[in-house]
Amino acid sequence: MEQYEFIVVGGGPSGMSGAIEAARAGVKRVAIIDENLTLGGQLVKQTHKFFGGKAHRAGERGIDIGVDMERTCGELGIEILRDTVVWGIFNHDTLALYQDHKSRRIRAKAILLSTGASENNITCPGWTLPGVMGAGAIQTMMNVHRVLPGTKILMVGSGNVGLIVSYQLVQAGAEVSAVIDILPAIGGYGVHASKITRLGIPIHVSQTLKEIRGQDRVEEAVTIEVDSSFKPIPGTEKTYPVDTVCIAVGLSPLSELAWMCGCEFRYIGELGGWVPCRRETMETTAPGIYIAGDASGIEEASTAMMTGAIAGLSVAERLGYLDPGKSKILRQEKIDGLVPFRCKYFEFRQEANQRLMEMGGVVQ
Amino acid sequence: MRILEHPILGDQPSRKKVTIDYEGKKIEAYEGEPIAAALSASGVMVFRRTKKFGEPRGISCAIGQCTDCIMKVNGIPNTRTCVTRVEAGMTVEEQR
Repeated sequence: MEQYEFIVVGGGPSGMSGAIEAARAGVKRVAIIDENLTLGGQLVKQTHKFFGGKAHRAGERGIDIGVDMERTCGELGIEILRDTVVWGIFNHDTLALYQDHKSRRIRAKAILLSTGASENNITCPGWTLPGVMGAGAIQTMMNVHRVLPGTKILMVGSGNVGLIVSYQLVQAGAEVSAVIDILPAIGGYGVHASKITRLGIPIHVSQTLKEIRGQDRVEEAVTIEVDSSFKPIPGTEKTYPVDTVCIAVGLSPLSELAWMCGCEFRYIGELGGWVPCRRETMETTAPGIYIAGDASGIEEASTAMMTGAIAGLSVAERLGYLDPGKSKILRQEKIDGLVPFRCKYFEFRQEANQRLMEMGGVVQ
Repeated sequence: MRILEHPILGDQPSRKKVTIDYEGKKIEAYEGEPIAAALSASGVMVFRRTKKFGEPRGISCAIGQCTDCIMKVNGIPNTRTCVTRVEAGMTVEEQR
């Protein structure tokens, strides 16, 4: 069986950061495994500029950050296994891969699960009609494959994803009829919301989907207002003649491999649901299995890079390439980098992470 | 609909045009793009129908997770068209 020092499952921002930090510290035989043909995870579709400070690569576009990180991986001699699925992990050190229609096993001294997240759905009559798509799916189609899946869109969800994708849809030549959100306030950054309203797109809060209608495809969507306890108010329906309904109502961690490793979990709604318990080093309760990025709790690409880096530095320490003191200092820089993304609008993330700690989800 | 020009991404990169066979009709596609992208650009919305109720399903996640876009490609059923790349002369049909 082939032996690696460090295997990273998922080559998005957190996985690449983890691999890069570990390799920089001297860890040998580092590999990133990804089920896609291209690395970068969701960065490949993020045409917008990032926020934060220099450490977060603010002002750079996600698409460029992904390419640059992949180049760094190459310079550091990190092996990349593309088009390869990890379908299981056994004994905390053996990974089962599916590649080229064949299965094989490899072994690693440490494993980072940076498997990301999947998009949430909401259900209403008609929610399975062709033309109802996740915001990430629409971004993939238009920004990666350069195909616009619809021309007239109703956006459901006013978080940053809903707002940014609305703007990107207009950039690509589509018309966004409205953005709705069941919550009584806009979820995303004010700067993104302003861009949408400047384009003349209304954002309606306290509204949800009642029904999507159409023969074999979306032809119209019906919204309805809700009261303060989220109950629909009859008589407030509004019909939008749209061909596409874009769903941007959050994400859930993709943590099957962590469940399979027997990791302990806690339920924290604001972090996307069930999240694996972890140490400050991002090690789960399964020895040698680390977690980072959205798989460890839904936040964003900038925080994914930080948590991935923390995991990578911890792995370097575990394998004897970094002394504990130095590792702690380097990790603290990354922990400090998380702060701007866990305040103001996203204060709830700090609170959620605090609650995770109180629930025994952060192991000392 | 193809996005020919884009304020951030620029013009479409030049790619090799090929044809694929969709339900007995020839449609235009670019070599190497996902089959689902080519079908969507040609206006195809229904990729499969559910076995029991015959309900239509189309592209939902576009990254190979949800399997709503599975079709029979070159005779192989259950092919995820959103992550399977176009090759010239492929046959693509609804799985019945």
